[in-house]
Amino acid sequence: MKILRFILRKEFLQIFRDKTIIAMMFAVPIIQLVILPLAANFEVKNINVAFVDNDHSTYSQKLVSKIASSGYFRIVGNSASYREALKMIEKSKADIVLEIPAGFERSLVREGRQQVNMSVDAINGTKASIGGAYLTVVIADFNRSLDVNTKAPDNKVAALSAIIDITYSDWFNPHKEYKYYMVPGILVLLLTLIGGFITALNIVREKEIGTIEQINVTPIKKWQFILGKLIPFWFVGIIVFTVGLIAMYVVYGIFPKGSIPLLYLFASVYLIALLGFGLLISTFSNSQLQAMFVAFFFMMIFMLMSGFFTSIDSMPNWARQMSNLTPVTHFIKVVRLIVLKGSGLSQVKMELFYLIGFAIALNSFAIYNYKKTN
Amino acid sequence: MKQLLAFIRKEFYHVFRDKRTLLILFGLPIAQIVLFGFALSSEVKNIGIAVLDNAHDATSEQIVDRIKTSSYFLFKDPVLNLTEIDEKFKEGSIKCALLFPANFGNELGRSGKAQVQIITDASDPNTATIVVNYLTAILANYQQQLNPTARLPYEIIPQVRQLYNEEQNGSLNFIPGVIALIFMIVCTTLTSVSIVREKELGTMEILLVSPFKPVMVLVAKAVPYLVLSVVNLIIILLLSVFLLHVQIKGSLILIFAESILFIITCLSLGLLISNQTNSQQTAMLMSMMGMMLPTLILTGFMFPLENMPWIFQAISHILPSRYYYIIIKAVMLKGLGFSYVWKETLILLAMALFLLAVALKNFKIRLS
Repeated sequence: MKILRFILRKEFLQIFRDKTIIAMMFAVPIIQLVILPLAANFEVKNINVAFVDNDHSTYSQKLVSKIASSGYFRIVGNSASYREALKMIEKSKADIVLEIPAGFERSLVREGRQQVNMSVDAINGTKASIGGAYLTVVIADFNRSLDVNTKAPDNKVAALSAIIDITYSDWFNPHKEYKYYMVPGILVLLLTLIGGFITALNIVREKEIGTIEQINVTPIKKWQFILGKLIPFWFVGIIVFTVGLIAMYVVYGIFPKGSIPLLYLFASVYLIALLGFGLLISTFSNSQLQAMFVAFFFMMIFMLMSGFFTSIDSMPNWARQMSNLTPVTHFIKVVRLIVLKGSGLSQVKMELFYLIGFAIALNSFAIYNYKKTN
Repeated sequence: MKQLLAFIRKEFYHVFRDKRTLLILFGLPIAQIVLFGFALSSEVKNIGIAVLDNAHDATSEQIVDRIKTSSYFLFKDPVLNLTEIDEKFKEGSIKCALLFPANFGNELGRSGKAQVQIITDASDPNTATIVVNYLTAILANYQQQLNPTARLPYEIIPQVRQLYNEEQNGSLNFIPGVIALIFMIVCTTLTSVSIVREKELGTMEILLVSPFKPVMVLVAKAVPYLVLSVVNLIIILLLSVFLLHVQIKGSLILIFAESILFIITCLSLGLLISNQTNSQQTAMLMSMMGMMLPTLILTGFMFPLENMPWIFQAISHILPSRYYYIIIKAVMLKGLGFSYVWKETLILLAMALFLLAVALKNFKIRLS
């Protein structure tokens, strides 16, 4: 016990001497929480529409102004030909081209139906599908408000025999603000970077400088050395988490709906798991460069699979299984549940078991793999 | 020339000796392409839904059956009250709930109008929007079936065409981004670290006092990473074509030429970083935090640029990767020619020349 205390003192001294770690503890969480939610905004708004109006009639102009006033779209041009409008898509100036054919009004009135052509730049999948859907809704709405329809003597719409009236309510985030979804995820990202990278780099640095050999020849035992490394970084992680929570409240006004001690319980277990992961990486690497690349590789995959960017439910089965095998997935889910919906322990206990499992597995593997002798 | 070859061989030895880094270098693009191609999609599927059916009549059951046949939804056990819905939301097992009031079918038959309520979990706003769109479409469809005679006498029908990506392949957007990211890692990070390592170990002095020209030392350092980058590019392109079935629409020669231009820009950046620092750690931090993070965040392949505040958009204009991303997207995915990207190419070229000039000028051949 006494030995452990000395090691802890050494580690804390080293941490606090290193200005970069202090800066990372306070500056990085705040910078990330300020910058990333501003950048990572997947809200689909301002869909740029270019028109090709070959008809120049009252109806075609009404349709254009209806779309312009719907709030989702920004009219970026009125081209003379489809070819010209396509150029705007090619230059990424427009997302959708709406082509109104010549004789639009005439055949609408005469035959009762008329096509308009919508070409969507589908390289950006989300924007294409949401933008296309919005435009379809606006056009359907326009159909209903057409004066030929409302004034038509044989108007069958009024005579609809059964109407299903849909009401909507959006729970937990009534204004559908994107930052509520993003900010808790970024808090997790933060803890993951600190936990995973710093431990891995710290131990490998001792290897590179050669000081690890000096420790190895002392009577310090393996578990003492490892605990001595993990405990200080666990504290650093908890401090970062606290700074992050405060920044979340101060900058975005997001206050956890659920219990804060529960959040800390999860954060503590998650940190143990991640520190174990960092330790594991350090046992596999000989240089800081290697450790950094290996850590970067896994972090990248973990983050991509974690549901931070895309919904896990939409993944194919094998990917969902794989995503369940990373601790990040479970922690992101839990933080979002507790912060945004106020879930209690009984609702998230499965995730706690998962995280405890990761903590035990990663640390035992790391300790097993850590060799005192070369 | 012979000297240069010998030096390049030495650098290749350095690169190939570090097996783990090499493995990551080739593993990273492969893993990313596979994940983006097969695992991650912007399409919303398998949406957990719970139905609170207070009516239990033929109509409500018909609607539920309709939703069941749609492949987008995943039915959870029916719930009995709002508290249970709340509970399920808090477990995270459902994304939306559909509420039928008592007498739903009766009301619809008698008064011709009945209400249903859709409750969404808006903590994930985009998914909530898409879920509402799906459900509304199903309900509208059902309503249409109830009223077969009712049709608007005058109707405009939109005909939608998906350009460039008929199959709605979600990974398309990412491929150029992955390429840019890999170049950034290989050329900027690795080059700067490998030069600084020589400084740290003191071997740089030995190289500088040799009869070999100092600039040639740098050239020899850069060549292996240039080769690695091109090999990586070939791997990514092959994977995209054969694994993801993405068609390369534009000219391959143009893609390679633009890539080499971007690689030179990245190498110059790496060189510039190595001039400024003396420790591997600082070099790593500078290239990862200062170069790679902005590439990830501000290039536009992960997060939509147009949603960002103006200051970020302004910063993105000085990032070489932004222009490279635009060029590759235009050439590879849209099949456009040089006449469409000459402006971006010119900017990239100017950046490359500027960075290279500054880096070479700052390169110290004397020890401090």
